Amino acid sequence: MTEIFGVPTQALFGQLLIGLINGSFYALLSLGLAVIFGLLNIINFTHGAQYMMGAFAAWFLLAKLGLGYWWALALAPVAVGVTGVIVERLMLARLYKLDHLYGLLLTFGLALVIQGLFRHEFGSSGLPYAIPKALEGGTNLGFMYLPNYRAWVIFASLVVCLGTWFVIEKTRLGAYLRAATENPELVRAFGINVPRMITLTYGFGVGLAALAGVMAAPIYTVSPQMGADLIIVVFAVVVIGGMGSIMGSIVTGFALGLIEGLTKVFYPEASNTVIFIIMAIVLMIRPAGLFGAAR
Amino acid sequence: MTPHRVALALMIAFFALAPAVIYPLFLMKVMCFALFACAFNLLIGYGGLLSFGHAMFFGGAAYISAHAAKVWGFPPELAVLAAVAAAALLGFAAGLIAIRRQGIYFAMITLALAQMVFFFSVQAPFTGGEDGIQAVPRGRLFGLVDLSQVRNMYVFVFALFLGGFLLIYRVIHSPFGQVLKAIRENESRALSLGYDTDRYKLLAFVLSAALAGLAGGTKALVFQLASLTDVHWTMSGEVVLMTLVGGLGTVFGPVVGALVIVAMANYLAQLGAWVTVVQGAIFVVCVLTFRRGVIGELGHWLKKPL
Repeated sequence: MTEIFGVPTQALFGQLLIGLINGSFYALLSLGLAVIFGLLNIINFTHGAQYMMGAFAAWFLLAKLGLGYWWALALAPVAVGVTGVIVERLMLARLYKLDHLYGLLLTFGLALVIQGLFRHEFGSSGLPYAIPKALEGGTNLGFMYLPNYRAWVIFASLVVCLGTWFVIEKTRLGAYLRAATENPELVRAFGINVPRMITLTYGFGVGLAALAGVMAAPIYTVSPQMGADLIIVVFAVVVIGGMGSIMGSIVTGFALGLIEGLTKVFYPEASNTVIFIIMAIVLMIRPAGLFGAAR
Repeated sequence: MTPHRVALALMIAFFALAPAVIYPLFLMKVMCFALFACAFNLLIGYGGLLSFGHAMFFGGAAYISAHAAKVWGFPPELAVLAAVAAAALLGFAAGLIAIRRQGIYFAMITLALAQMVFFFSVQAPFTGGEDGIQAVPRGRLFGLVDLSQVRNMYVFVFALFLGGFLLIYRVIHSPFGQVLKAIRENESRALSLGYDTDRYKLLAFVLSAALAGLAGGTKALVFQLASLTDVHWTMSGEVVLMTLVGGLGTVFGPVVGALVIVAMANYLAQLGAWVTVVQGAIFVVCVLTFRRGVIGELGHWLKKPL
C-alpha cells in the first residue's frame, strides 16, 4: 500500500474528501453570513437553525408529500427563505437604528426557539434521509473511491458560490447591492427601494443556508442540533476570512475544510479545535482577517 | 441614603432572610449566577464588549476548583482561589486575542474561543468527559468550619458573592470605570486623550474573567459537581440572557436577572425542550420591547440609575 508521510494514501485522500465536503458547507454558510452582514450589518445567529430547517424541509417533503431530493433542492430554500423574509419584516427591521449587538441577541434567541421547537417535535436522535437514486454509487478514481453524491455536493456548492459571487460582483443588481452596502441613503435617493432589497437579501442568505441544509441531509443525519455547533465553526471561518469579500469567504471556507481534514490525518486530537487555533493566530497577525478590510 | 444604598440594603436583607422561607441550595445557585452575570455585565454594560464565551471562565474555573478540592485535597478557600487564578490567566490569553476586534467580531471571537475550551474539556482526561467531576468534597473552610453543613456553606457563598459584587461596584465607580465608559462611548476619543484603550479593555476582560471564575469555582463546591454543561455555549447564552432581563449596564440588574432566570429554569425543568424555547422567546421579547430590563425600567421610572 502506498504511503505519504507514513499515512496510507487511501486514508489521506478519504480525509481530504471529507474536508472538502465540510469546506463546501463552511463556504456556503459563511457566504450567506457575509451577504447578510454586508447589507444588514447583522450577524445572523439563526443561520445554523435555518440550515437545520432546510434539512428538515427536505425530510418533510420526502416523508409527507413524497417529493424527492431534486424537488427539495428547489422548494426548501424558497420555503425557508420566506420564513426569513417574515422574520426580517417583523423583527429585524425594528433594530436597524440600534446597536448591531441587538441583532445578534435577537437572532440568537430565535435560534434557541427554533431548535427547541424542533427538538420538542422530532426528538434529538435524528432522522435518516436517503441519497437520491441518480447519485447512488461511486466512481473509482484509481487512487481512491469517490462516492457520487459527495462529488455532487462539492460541485453544486462551487457552482452556487461562484454564481453568487458573479451576481454580486458582475451584474447590475449586484452593483445596486454593493452601492447600498456603502451608502443606503444615497442609493435610496436614486429611486431604488433599499428596504425591499434588504428584506430580499436576508431571504436570499437564509435560502442559501437552507440549500446547504438540503445538501447536508443525505450526508449527516437530520437532527435539531445539526446546525448549532456548526454555526460556531462557521463564525470562526468568517473571522478568519474577514467579511469584506465574497470570494474571500468562499476560499476560506474550502481551505479550512481541507486543513481540518488534514489535521484529522496527522493529529486527530486537534481536529475539533484547529480552526479556532488558526483563528487566534490570524487575529494576532492580521486582525481584520485574511481578506477583510478594517472597518 | 442614595438609591444605590437602599437597593444594596434590600439585596443584603433578601439574601440574609430568604433562607428561612426559600430552599437554600436554590439561593446559593442564584448567588453564583448573579455574581457570574455581574462579572459579565462589567464588560458589556461598562466596556461595551459583548462576550459570547463567558462559559469558558465559569466552566473552566468550576473544573479547576472541583479538581483541586477532590484530587489535590485543597481546602475550599484555596480551591476557589486556584479557580480564580486559572480563570484570570485564561482571561488574559483570550483577552489578548479578542480585544483586537470590536462589536460583533468580538462576540464571535469569544464564542469561538469558548468552543475551543469546550472541546478541550471534552477530550482532557482530568475533566471526566461526559460524567464531569462528581462528588466534589466541600471540605473545611480554613480547616475549621465544616462546609457540608448547609448553613455554613450558605454564609461562605453569601460572603463571596457580596465581596465580588462590592468589588465590581467599586470598579465601576472608580476612575478606571469612568475611562472604561469613555471607551464604550467613543474609543477613538479616549485614545486621542491619551488613554491606552487596549490596556483598559484587557484589564476589564481579565477582571471579568476572574470574577466569572469566582462564580464558577464556588458553584462547583455548592453542587459538588463540575460538568460539560458549565463550559457549553448555552451557558454563555444564559448569562447574556440574565443580564439582558435584569438590565444591561445597571448595577443590580444582573442579580435580579439571575434570580428570574434560575427560578424559571427550576419551574420549567421537567418540560425539557420547552426551557430552551421559553429562554429564546424571552431573548426575542426583551430585544424587541424591553431593552432596558427590569432594573433599567425601574431606574428609568424613578429617574435614578440603579
